[in-house]
Amino acid sequence: MKVDVSNWSLALAFVLVLISLAISYKQKLKLEKDTIISVVRAILQLIAVGYLLTAIFKVDNLIVTLIMQLFIVFNAAYNGKKRGRGIPGAFGIALGGLLLSTTLTMGILVLTGVLKMVPYQMIPVTGMVAGNSMTAVGLVFRSLKQQFHDQQDQVFERLALGAPPKTASGEIFREAIRIGMQPTIDSVRTYGLVSLPGMMSGLIMAGVDPIKAIKYQIMVVFMLLAATGIASVWASYQAYRKFFNQRWQLVLPDEDK
Amino acid sequence: MTNLSVSQLGMKFDDWIFQGISFDLEAGAWLTVVGKSGNGKSLMLKVIAGLIDASKGAVYLDGKLQSEYEISTYRQAVSYVTQSAHLFGQTVRDNLDLPFIIRNLTPDESTQLTGLAQMDLPAEILDREINELSGGQRQRVGLLRNLLFPPKVLLLDEISTGLDEATKRIIWQVLAELHAKTNNIMISVTHDSDEIANAKMLLTIENGRGVLSDES
Repeated sequence: MKVDVSNWSLALAFVLVLISLAISYKQKLKLEKDTIISVVRAILQLIAVGYLLTAIFKVDNLIVTLIMQLFIVFNAAYNGKKRGRGIPGAFGIALGGLLLSTTLTMGILVLTGVLKMVPYQMIPVTGMVAGNSMTAVGLVFRSLKQQFHDQQDQVFERLALGAPPKTASGEIFREAIRIGMQPTIDSVRTYGLVSLPGMMSGLIMAGVDPIKAIKYQIMVVFMLLAATGIASVWASYQAYRKFFNQRWQLVLPDEDK
Repeated sequence: MTNLSVSQLGMKFDDWIFQGISFDLEAGAWLTVVGKSGNGKSLMLKVIAGLIDASKGAVYLDGKLQSEYEISTYRQAVSYVTQSAHLFGQTVRDNLDLPFIIRNLTPDESTQLTGLAQMDLPAEILDREINELSGGQRQRVGLLRNLLFPPKVLLLDEISTGLDEATKRIIWQVLAELHAKTNNIMISVTHDSDEIANAKMLLTIENGRGVLSDES
């Protein structure tokens, strides 16, 4: 392993956080408290995960790995749900989308032999898939709420003419799918030009041959495109129905619920 | 013969907006609904159209309870025209195609063009972007969506508000011709003094109650 950050250099690197705090203080951004809380949380969470992963890798048990993957997916679904506040059953929709996207994409990769059913491969990849799917689902929720709000008159007109909810939603759910997938497509487009993606950078820093690292990254790109697509389609198709009741009447979500 | 029956209709949010509204309309009836703003005239039309649920009471079409109908069938039969027509999609065509699509039919351009001509709108408007239309054109396109397949009951929610006299005349002429031809039931909510003066059957909503006066 070529990468090893000593505790001492890590402590010195904390100066970088102080720079961020100084900017916030000088510019009166009032972000000091948020910054400190975020940094402390990140440190604690990462330390906990570090120890947890070490233990799980050591145990190397399929059930334990699966539990960890489910834990990641549940957490991601819970976070994705937050943007769906007011949409009934948003957590269930997010969870369904994430389970579907992770199972399908990773299933294909395992079946084709690209990934091995070992914890040090399964868990980080689950994290990547679930994280990206979570963002996609969150964006779909937000887009649906925004569009149904902005276009409620047009939806209403279609309903009045006798259109079923799906037809009445018109372009709304297709646009939501697009919004959900867009960030992944955008970021993939600049890979290698603007950014060296995290996984590839990590592998290269750890001493892996760049060509091998790139192969892995290409796999990740394929996987994320599929995963965000699946999660967005699922979330959009499941969630748009929640804006209507059984009697095909428009019901806009109550943000306070 | 079409029959629309409204029985003891009531609408309540925090307080009752209206209650106890009942009337029976036979084919060929034209009911004009008047009353101050905010007293629930528009709500009542939406309830009759099945677009919102009443707090109390029931609506029957041809003796059958509204909720027993297949929703799309009911809304095609009891068609609600909104106060300010919100067009959807990109072009006028998108709006005039929908009534066909809902009925699983291929949009028929000749029917659309005949409709546009009746509304005194040029044929080329069919492919015009909706945001290029004037208010009067928009309202006529909006109404035409409801008339491509003439409904049994037409609910008009202050559709001539804010329109110039010429557009108003065109719209009322189209509606009168349709009424004479199909003998449908019309319910029109209005503030228009001419329309009120010519009303045969008048429902006044006042203090949450409906008073019906029939001069036919």
